[in-house]
Amino acid sequence: MLTLQCPYCGVWAEETELHAEGEAHLKRFGPDSSDEEFETYMFMRENPKGVHFERWRHSNGCGKFFHAARSTTTLEVFGTYSAQTYEPPQEIKDKISAKYPNWSWRDFS
Amino acid sequence: MSKAVSALNGASYDGFVRVSETGLRGMITLRGDLGSKKLAAAVKAATGAAMPKQRKITKGAKGLVAWMSPDELLLVVAYADAGEVVAALDAALSGEHALAVNVSDARAVFRLEGAGVRDVLAKTCPVDLAKDAFGAGDLRRTRLAQVPAAFWANEDDSFELVCFRSVAQYAFDVLKVSAQPSGEVNFL
Ligand SMILES: [Zn+2]
Repeated sequence: MLTLQCPYCGVWAEETELHAEGEAHLKRFGPDSSDEEFETYMFMRENPKGVHFERWRHSNGCGKFFHAARSTTTLEVFGTYSAQTYEPPQEIKDKISAKYPNWSWRDFS
Repeated sequence: MSKAVSALNGASYDGFVRVSETGLRGMITLRGDLGSKKLAAAVKAATGAAMPKQRKITKGAKGLVAWMSPDELLLVVAYADAGEVVAALDAALSGEHALAVNVSDARAVFRLEGAGVRDVLAKTCPVDLAKDAFGAGDLRRTRLAQVPAAFWANEDDSFELVCFRSVAQYAFDVLKVSAQPSGEVNFL
């Protein structure tokens, strides 16, 4: 069972109190974008074995969206952080680097 | 004007814990900047209660104030007062980015009392209900079996639980099953 701490209400919420909301830090492309940009935004997703960044929502709790960094192989959670950001905080990146020195995910490393 | 009734008309069940619907309660969702002095003063005027800290509920002469999220409070007042309280909040918060809505008729409230009350909740909600982890004045929004709910602990170790009116019967049924005699856990 996955347990994440909601950064907004502080609750250590187990999975059933949360809703998975897909990949983190997507850049949205709207009606004026090119077909390729829109296709990439709409369909192309990371599928990593290891370090991954996701969006979650504390749906059965305070209702807020937040981000989580975790490993898809070990289920280790590196941390959760605010939804109002374009990239993971340095502190969480450092934590991942300590365990996986050569990790990278999209443009982050 | 039609006569207001609560979702289950005050239904109750006596298991190893007593579960009862509390009847009509005035409830107001207030969203805004919880750090605002103006908002704190308006909340104090409406309920007599101080601003609650994260995941807490505070009590005043006229009502309760529950911390629901970083920008949301739930005010619990007398049912008949809810309309006036909303009007007073609107007036006090004009010019602030805030919203007050009377949700009294969109909610149902249950009271749970008796030894074993913590076990009844722990069987249905993924929450640590040990006494040292959840005490009087603590509030938690969570999942009650298959529906969202919020509950808090009172000084006498009774609990009050709020859910959407549309799922009141479901919530009552779940709590009844959890409180059935011979279902005691005697753990918490
Ligand atoms: Zn939360």
